[in-house]
Amino acid sequence: MLTTKTFLKKTKRGNILKIVREHYLREDIWCGSALCDKCPMSEPVLSENPESASELFSFPHYIVLDTCVVVHQIDVLEEKTLCNVIIPQTVIEEVKHQSSTIYKRLKDIIGNPGRNFYVFVNEHHMKTYIERQRGETANDRNDRAIRKTVAWYQSHLASSQSGINKSERVQILLLTNDGKNKELAAKEGLCVASVREYIQSLVGCPGLQDKLAVTEPERDGNAREYLFPPHLPPSLIHDGIKSGKLLQGTFYASRENFLEGHVNVEGQEKMILLQGHAGLNRAVDGDSVAIELLPEDQWSSPSDIVLQDEEDDPGDILDDRTEALSASRAASSERIPTGRVVGIIRRKWRQYCGILQPSPVKDTVRHIFVPAERKIPKIRIETRQSEVLASQRIIVAIDSWPRHSRYPSGHFVRALGPIGDKDTENEVLLLEHDVPHSQFSEAVNACLPKLPWIITDDDVAERQDLRHIDVCSVDPPGCTDIDDALHCRFLDNGHVEVGVHIADVSHFIRPGTALDKEAALRATTVYLVDKRIDMVPELLSSNLCSLRGNEERFAFSCVWEMTREARIVATRFHKSIIRSRAALTYEQAQLRIDDPAQKDAIATSLRELNRLAKILKRRRIENGALVLASPEIRFQVDSETHDPIEVEAKKLRETNSMVEEFMLLANISVAEKIVEEFPECAMLRRHPEPPVANFEPLVKAGHKLGFNIVTSTGKELAASLDEAVLPDNPYFNTMLRILATRCMMQAVYFTSGMLQPDEFFHYGLACPIYTHFTSPIRRYADIIVHRLLAVCIGADSTYSDLLDKRKSHALCHNLNYRNRMAQYAGRASVALHTHLFFRGKVQDEEGYVLFVRKNALQILIPKYGLEGTLYVVPKKGEVATANFVYNEEEQTQKCGDVTFRSFDPVTVQLSLDRSNLQHEKLVLKLVKPVIPGFSVPSSDEPIPMAIDEQDGGKCKDGSVVDTVSQKNKSSPSKKKRKK
Amino acid sequence: MSPLSPGLRLDGRRPNELRKIRCKLGVFNQPDGSAYLEQGNTKVLAAVYGPHEIRGSRTKALHDQALINCQYSMATFSTGERKRRPRGDRKSIEMSIHLRQALQAVIKTELYARSQIDIFVEVLQADGGNYCTCVNAATLALIDAGIPITEYMVACTASLANGETPLVDISHLEETSGGPNLTVAAMPMSGQIVLLEMSQRFHLDHLDKVMKHALRGCQEIKAVLDKAVRDHVASAGAACNWEFKTD
Repeated sequence: MLTTKTFLKKTKRGNILKIVREHYLREDIWCGSALCDKCPMSEPVLSENPESASELFSFPHYIVLDTCVVVHQIDVLEEKTLCNVIIPQTVIEEVKHQSSTIYKRLKDIIGNPGRNFYVFVNEHHMKTYIERQRGETANDRNDRAIRKTVAWYQSHLASSQSGINKSERVQILLLTNDGKNKELAAKEGLCVASVREYIQSLVGCPGLQDKLAVTEPERDGNAREYLFPPHLPPSLIHDGIKSGKLLQGTFYASRENFLEGHVNVEGQEKMILLQGHAGLNRAVDGDSVAIELLPEDQWSSPSDIVLQDEEDDPGDILDDRTEALSASRAASSERIPTGRVVGIIRRKWRQYCGILQPSPVKDTVRHIFVPAERKIPKIRIETRQSEVLASQRIIVAIDSWPRHSRYPSGHFVRALGPIGDKDTENEVLLLEHDVPHSQFSEAVNACLPKLPWIITDDDVAERQDLRHIDVCSVDPPGCTDIDDALHCRFLDNGHVEVGVHIADVSHFIRPGTALDKEAALRATTVYLVDKRIDMVPELLSSNLCSLRGNEERFAFSCVWEMTREARIVATRFHKSIIRSRAALTYEQAQLRIDDPAQKDAIATSLRELNRLAKILKRRRIENGALVLASPEIRFQVDSETHDPIEVEAKKLRETNSMVEEFMLLANISVAEKIVEEFPECAMLRRHPEPPVANFEPLVKAGHKLGFNIVTSTGKELAASLDEAVLPDNPYFNTMLRILATRCMMQAVYFTSGMLQPDEFFHYGLACPIYTHFTSPIRRYADIIVHRLLAVCIGADSTYSDLLDKRKSHALCHNLNYRNRMAQYAGRASVALHTHLFFRGKVQDEEGYVLFVRKNALQILIPKYGLEGTLYVVPKKGEVATANFVYNEEEQTQKCGDVTFRSFDPVTVQLSLDRSNLQHEKLVLKLVKPVIPGFSVPSSDEPIPMAIDEQDGGKCKDGSVVDTVSQKNKSSPSKKKRKK
Repeated sequence: MSPLSPGLRLDGRRPNELRKIRCKLGVFNQPDGSAYLEQGNTKVLAAVYGPHEIRGSRTKALHDQALINCQYSMATFSTGERKRRPRGDRKSIEMSIHLRQALQAVIKTELYARSQIDIFVEVLQADGGNYCTCVNAATLALIDAGIPITEYMVACTASLANGETPLVDISHLEETSGGPNLTVAAMPMSGQIVLLEMSQRFHLDHLDKVMKHALRGCQEIKAVLDKAVRDHVASAGAACNWEFKTD
């Protein structure tokens, strides 16, 4: 059965090494076809009579794919049309080598039993293995191996169906895009076609053609001029980087100016600036690029212009605004390193959501696609369904960006739904932020406990029975996933006992199950304004795990014995059973505390908790914890139409801070415990101190108004922020804190074994160690922490992945990514609803100038937590009505005798520009201060705001830096406006 | 494991398959016993001298059993990188000690009091599982030398791919790909384990199944070795016109 064959391999590792590996060739690799009578397979993958939908190849056939077909046409393959496909192992190896994302998608297709995709291990098959010949490139050898596989299948199946009519025999068809391969295959007498030919010959699938990626470059000879400088070949890039002539980094496009971007080069503190079409040279946001630094006299500074690519398709010309930009170069005083892209190391292209730009020409198949993400350039696609798609949100993938084309070319993937429809828009923002939001699968639901769920005697024996203790929970109104509850009681020795009880989610989600894997993938519950994308199925999140009032629930308790001065004497952790006496809202809890007439157990314990929380908070702030700000708002949503009817800023009460303090305390206690037990693999959360350069805008802004912001330590920063108060501008301090928030780094999860203990520090909270323990219903990190803690106290056993530092590190990576995306998705949802809210409204609002730009002012409107751009320079083709003078030194815009500085209050008129139906925009117009010819008269009285009921957002886990993890629980609550 | 060709490892084996074993007994005339063993690309020569008088200081002699002396060494050309490999380095001393530990368990040392048995193993080509191949080769050389042993001493490695699939008889490529490696030296007939070594920590849950695979590997290797010994004896006997029957 075994035949050995050794083969030689050379590899470069500084010096040349000769590697000898064994390579076994086998006879027991089956062909996978149901037709075959020779291979003893249990479950053949390829069906017996593959029907042909092709006009070109009317006989039944199996398809063999070439590597380039898989890599370029994966969107076509994902369509259900192509079935009965054989993928040689050679192809899989090559795909894996070229692109890991496509490899993953291919794996998913192969894993789908309905598609009949069969992997044939040709490299280890006796008859199909070939050796590389002298002078043959690896690529040619692989092509030959694929052809060999086709030939073998052809003869192998032919002998099994000798009795069948020749025209009905199953043939093997090779699909390739490689001209040479195709030629050679035809010469060897194999059935071969290019993908385009084959797809075009298919009957009854017209949409499929649109999905074909453009691979053949359209060569119009010399008629076209190249717009972009060429990219260097990989070998030159490699040498350049090695010798230090070129730099490698990740490209980040600017959101505000489509002709500008930055490259983050590892090991360099400052980002390197790129400007203009030639400077960016076809780099797309996220790409890994090779750049060359320009000589110092050509360095430039980031432009202050807000520039969007608003042109209709101008054809393949680059406009001259690039040159206009470079003119400003000489004048600028603060130049930063500037470079240009000379090559792309790795593309980070994904699929993009967006819309079609209306085409000026009727009945054309070539269209321009405008992505929703502003950082992504417009994409040129070909489609024959433009009339249907014009009013739809669609998904497009980029295929290539040739030198002679202003835009990258791509192909249509699928349509999402009509533009402006709220479900479609939600879908778009979930897709754009890579939020997994499909229904939970059968396998996941199978892991759920059966109802009715009852507590058995065994459960009681394993857990501490705390049902006699007066526990209550405090949450925002309408909250259904209650994951924490509190209690407090006085002890005989004069101390108090405080308990934090967290839903015991890890009891229901066992490691390794489908449910666990799904939760780990989702990593967090995503809160949109009108929707909640759960991390775990609703049965758990809103019922069995949720610590509802007057129901017996499992909890993981952290109980402290404290002095009345809030000093911890002892800490205990145990699994428990509790019965929450009441599920209060923040407001109800506040009322109970404030009402001296209430003397029941809940009220007294709330009062004591509140008193202790104040002590804890004071101590924390003295330690240097930051109080930051970010404008947060909540919508009141109409219960029937789900349209937003009211917007209000979130209000915080004492009780918010009370719950927050105890959650922080629990998190810190748990972090200390698990890191003590598992120094290598504890999951913690850290918040790195931002580099000094990050604070520059904040310090500058403070300096202009005479405040000295000290940023050397968190404590000093907190103190100097407290001092910076302008009596005539009450919002100034908040704005400064908003700016400070933007200087901060993201807080991240990490595995304790991957970093040194002094790097564990949480800057925002000013504590040496921190983790997340208190919200396991909506965060996966907390589940891991629960499991670790359960092992610490002997309530559960470990499993291998939990103790594997590397696996845990990879998990952290995913959690951080998902958390970031969830946060962005939440913000995008707020923006979407703001747009919906302003439909058909024109409203005057108070605002403040946040930044002064060369051609615009960034305005912050605190009421809606909204940031908008007020253009002061007219658009192309419009006549300037007022002359603004920009002073770069002092960052001011002057018009006549009115000067705009940062933090100046203004009044602006808000309206929604729906002139471009496809892309609604919020438009700001100046009302006050009045500038004749530029400002607009005040609109009618703003619509009175009916604030019938207020509530604060849930803010339990500390400073704003950690808002990443805070839930915007207000979302599921729906209120009907009283008329 | 190449994940998309389920059941096949990087070199084309299935998880429970050993590498190809080739061996020869009595390759040298000078030593009392010798053997050459290939497990895939790992190739080892073993030579046995003795039992003979104690060499060097007589104080080392044991009054009730034979002294076992093992020496492990690697040829300069045994790995991809050509490198001088001194005999007395830490790694080979450790290997020598482990070899002695394993072999002492099967040799009936009590028959040769106050004498010495020398076992030399040389790795000619290294491609993973060096220790195992050395133990197996030494066992064959002992048999060739006619030294009484209680049963076969066989060693085998096993590992865990992707944290779930146990692999048996791992090659150098698999050794270096980061999974935990378990080396077992056992007496497959009585099922006793003489040496157990793990390259890194891994979770207790996995130990049982990985060890089971390693032991099964030992059984299979033993079967191959046993056949080789019988064939060798048959061909040696045939030269002297022995009537030889296999049962």
